[in-house]
Amino acid sequence: MADLVASVLRSVAEKETKYKTIEVLKDIDVDIDEGNLLVSDTNPFDLTKFRSNKEDFFKNLARDNTQLLINRIWQLPTEKEDDVIVAKLPEPKTKIPREKPIPSAKHVTKWEHYARLKGIARRKKGRMEWDEQAKEWRPRWGYKRANDETKDWFIEIPDNADPYEDQFEKRKKEKKERTAKNELQRLRNIARSQKMKVPGVGLTPTENPSKEQLGKVLAMAKKSTASIGTFTETLPMEKTSKYAGKKRKFEPNYGDIKKETSKQLEIFKNLHSDQPVVDVNKASNLVLNQEDASRAKWKKENPFGPKKSGKRSKMGGRGYYKGGGKEKKGKGGRGGNMKGGRGGNMKGGRGGNMKGGRGGNMKGGRGGNMKGGRGGNMKGGRGGNMKGGRGFFSNK
Amino acid sequence: MVMQRIVKPKTQRGKRFLQSREPKIHENTKTATFVKGGNTSETISQILKELHILKKPNSVTYKRRNILRPFEDETPLEYFAQKSDSALFMFGSHSKKRPHNIVVGRMFDYHVLDMVEFGVEKFQSMFDIKGSKCAVGTKPCIMFAGDIFDQDGEYKRIKNLFLDFFRGTLVEQIRLAGLEHVVIITAIEGKIYIRNYRILMKKSGSRTPRIELEDMGPSLDLTVRRTKLASNDLYKRALKVPKTAKPKKTKNISQDPFGSKLGRIHMQKQDLSKLQTRKLKGLKRKRGEEVNTAKSKKSKPSETV
Repeated sequence: MADLVASVLRSVAEKETKYKTIEVLKDIDVDIDEGNLLVSDTNPFDLTKFRSNKEDFFKNLARDNTQLLINRIWQLPTEKEDDVIVAKLPEPKTKIPREKPIPSAKHVTKWEHYARLKGIARRKKGRMEWDEQAKEWRPRWGYKRANDETKDWFIEIPDNADPYEDQFEKRKKEKKERTAKNELQRLRNIARSQKMKVPGVGLTPTENPSKEQLGKVLAMAKKSTASIGTFTETLPMEKTSKYAGKKRKFEPNYGDIKKETSKQLEIFKNLHSDQPVVDVNKASNLVLNQEDASRAKWKKENPFGPKKSGKRSKMGGRGYYKGGGKEKKGKGGRGGNMKGGRGGNMKGGRGGNMKGGRGGNMKGGRGGNMKGGRGGNMKGGRGGNMKGGRGFFSNK
Repeated sequence: MVMQRIVKPKTQRGKRFLQSREPKIHENTKTATFVKGGNTSETISQILKELHILKKPNSVTYKRRNILRPFEDETPLEYFAQKSDSALFMFGSHSKKRPHNIVVGRMFDYHVLDMVEFGVEKFQSMFDIKGSKCAVGTKPCIMFAGDIFDQDGEYKRIKNLFLDFFRGTLVEQIRLAGLEHVVIITAIEGKIYIRNYRILMKKSGSRTPRIELEDMGPSLDLTVRRTKLASNDLYKRALKVPKTAKPKKTKNISQDPFGSKLGRIHMQKQDLSKLQTRKLKGLKRKRGEEVNTAKSKKSKPSETV
């Protein structure tokens, strides 16, 4: 036993004489941040040594501290990667300021906001598309794309089109207009995200302008003169357009005391009453938004689930269940927009004015305020759409 | 995180270039610009040159003279930062009033965050010291010595600044044989001494090597002159860590002081009625009973229909 101890001691002593020690003694433990390979030594200095030989002093100090760091790093878990041994460093402890501020979250566009509210999911399109003519798969967009319209060498003139109109030129122009509109919308989204006041764009070119849009165009065109429409002539029986805008009118500075007192009293009454003043428009919008949001949530939870029972009337259901989507006449296929359960906003859905295929936009469901949904007047065989559910004034 | 630009980049390459400069959650390695002032002494030029070599490949040097005074007007430096997308800078100049002057600083969002001016008392070039140098782009081990670095507010910031300046790329793994450069920054008697050494690993009889150091240079003796440090508010803002970059909290797993892993398990309440107790013949159900109960259960739905 004693022999063993002696031999062990001897071997250790031999080792010590052969190799220098890797141990370092410090009065105060140094602070080591392995993630940054950093050592902070707060021990007091031996000033006599420092003054006698600065360079040696620094070298010894650095050596000891490096040894401590290396000792610590060699204890970290190691891995072998491509015949090299690497140590896994922990997260750095010392906080260091960033170079640039934290990136802000992506701003949602108006459409994204709307889609989220409605629970419209993004549909992923494949990158490749089947080209009917070439009989092969081609990229959806870009160079050598499938179904490239610009590569057409002839275009059939549509039935009701002007035969002298250049269809190629028309296509080009339409494309340009679409890109311009998109760019405009992009800029508007940027402005919106920065909470700037977004200026109205007036009217963007649309393929099939509605009556409302035409009315707006007319009102704007009348105003677009050097005299801001002062001398624009009107037709004999023409009414003033409702899109023309209103002139502000101010109360006279003095005069009608009665009116003034009543106004003041009204304010006073509101101030004193316990019941808050309710902005009906705002409140109803809030409720509608909430409804939309809850529906979107439900839709997200059951993407292919059955229709929620009990909420929607049987007749005025979602557009795509009804015939509205597939008219034979006009510009059809908009039936899909039909919304159930939101009839509250609908005004004057006068079926008589309707032409091919716009029935789909009508909102059925709980048409509480629905006025004059007279399906009998409708043309183009889409009377079926107009079953407006439990409307107060529906044609049942 | 796509930045909103009114003018879109026209080419993919341009887009990629702009993307590389956008703020990120995990940031790029900070680059340093080295700028010569209107007049520089040979010492100063040499210092800028050699620190540029040490900082390679994350450094840019401007070869021409740029007459500017960082403590009077920061805008030219901010312009340089924007130009070469660098967050660190070193500016060197030499004048009668401030001989052998260097300004070390860093930027946050292309604006000066901290800036410290040093006077160089003594300088030894790395080319005057014989022996091999460390490879380009090695991550240095950084040492700070002196209790003033942990006590004085200004020195605390200087320590952080130097760490930021020298530390290079942030890495998760490090090659053990690749540790070959040491920077030691010591604060004694009102001066700051920077020394660079090369690590030599010797056998020690155990797994961990015995460390010996070899002078590599450059060596600098500095005195602090003027400082311009960020306000606490701004500094705090610059220190902010994005939520997604923070490591996720591990729930219910902890370690005791002996290093063993402890886990906490949440269990549902046990259903004791299903507990298997000792089986006894007397408690067994008879066959006839079972059949009866089954029958009655089956007949139930037919009643309702």
